[in-house]
Amino acid sequence: MTAEKFPKIYLYRRIVQAKLFIDTHFHQDINLDNIADEAFFSKFHFIRLFKSTYNKTPHQYLTSVRIENAKLLLQTEMAVADVCFSVGFDSTSSFTGLFKRLTKTTPSLYKKIQLKRKSEISKTPLKFIPNCFAEQKGWKTAILKK
Amino acid sequence: MITKMNHVSIFVLNQDSAYEFYVNKLGFKVHTDAPMGPGMRWLTVCPPEQPELEISLMAVSEGMMFKKEAAAQMRELVSKGTFGFGVFECNDLLATYEELKVKGVQFKKEPTKEFYGFEALFTDDSGNWFSLGEKKNK
Repeated sequence: MTAEKFPKIYLYRRIVQAKLFIDTHFHQDINLDNIADEAFFSKFHFIRLFKSTYNKTPHQYLTSVRIENAKLLLQTEMAVADVCFSVGFDSTSSFTGLFKRLTKTTPSLYKKIQLKRKSEISKTPLKFIPNCFAEQKGWKTAILKK
Repeated sequence: MITKMNHVSIFVLNQDSAYEFYVNKLGFKVHTDAPMGPGMRWLTVCPPEQPELEISLMAVSEGMMFKKEAAAQMRELVSKGTFGFGVFECNDLLATYEELKVKGVQFKKEPTKEFYGFEALFTDDSGNWFSLGEKKNK
């Protein structure tokens, strides 16, 4: 895309670069200065542009990426404390507090619910598929025959 | 009175590749991923801020839904880019466009100011195309 058409495109590229840096380094001990350095901005200018683009400050975005990745790991057998450290938090209490604030549930309860759902999907998949699709695909007949 | 839509299908050529595209490139969330027997899988994803809308990534393959000839015809139509399946929305089109380009998403149309809004068009890994618009009153 040409810079003539959108003169500020270089700013977007830097902001996107910073966002992708967070997406790939969230599990590390990164701070705002690292992220601003990555985008070649002053900290203040960087935070303002980042928030206008993503509706979140870089710090809020980093927290949300960590929590989203924690949600994925909590669907596995990994222990809650290990999940906490794997996604970049250094204390289980701050992890639990932030998790609860953003998802309205605790990591352990979330894990319990997700593992139960996973087990139900495996045992009774038709409960999770609208009947019209299951019939079209022939899955209903195949499973009922078992 | 119908109040909302909660499931919609997109026909894809390969579900593994569609998973990679929709989840790892577009950033959609997996809602349900259920193996349904040899070579069959029920896979639905949701846009990150719309968890109530399940998009079923439906493989076009020979079976109950498509006979052999119909499956071949459908696969050809999908890969030729016949189908435009919908309009996605983002907060900031230029930033989203730049990010998706970095991730290798192919665009049929760069961000363009149209009389109806700010829009780009991209295609998925199968050939389906979508409009990507910026949220109004941003």
